[in-house]
Amino acid sequence: MNSVGEACTELKREYDQCFNRWFAEHFLKGDRSGDPCTETFRKYQRCVQKAIKEKDIPIDGVEFMGPNKDKPDS
Amino acid sequence: MGKYICCTGFLKSTWDQVCIAFWQRYPNPYSNHVLTEDIIFREVTPSNCLISRRLLTKTSRAPRWMERYLPKHMASSAYIIEDSIIDPQKRTMTTLTWNISHARLMSVEERCQYQINPEKGSWTEIKREAWISSSLYGLSRAIQ
Repeated sequence: MNSVGEACTELKREYDQCFNRWFAEHFLKGDRSGDPCTETFRKYQRCVQKAIKEKDIPIDGVEFMGPNKDKPDS
Repeated sequence: MGKYICCTGFLKSTWDQVCIAFWQRYPNPYSNHVLTEDIIFREVTPSNCLISRRLLTKTSRAPRWMERYLPKHMASSAYIIEDSIIDPQKRTMTTLTWNISHARLMSVEERCQYQINPEKGSWTEIKREAWISSSLYGLSRAIQ
């Protein structure tokens, strides 16, 4: 899958590979020993956040799980 | 004016498998309209939950059925945000997905909760809820 920043796709794939392994083999098994992917994540994020700004994608200002707060059920 | 939809279903896979697949779901044969996928935020909380934000861009500017009502010059990309919380202790995953483009035209928010199926531990139960709203009068009536 491609990144929204064309130059970031390779960094994304490297990070995804690291994350998927850590997620399945450590995180889901309750292993809290720390994340081996912080460095690749940092590089990937630097690239993708820059691309998001350049493309003017309106991601700012929404809190995590934000839109669903106080949602009526009907 | 809006619409609320809710349903509960299940997947014949374990909760672990569903979560692992969740991060590997793109590309897939049903997602040809998804152009890009990025994690734009991720953290493990002090209570050991994984919180993430994923940004997707899709080709369609709007749901296909709506396209013929829209001016041709509208933005050609649709942006979607998906927030998720995964709790490996409680074995639950909650996701919230919504569009950040064309939101005034039509806003669709979907919330899904994944947990171990209470009747069959090797399956996963999904509760889905969606809120659809539009500020366009004619469209609101169509949604009702």
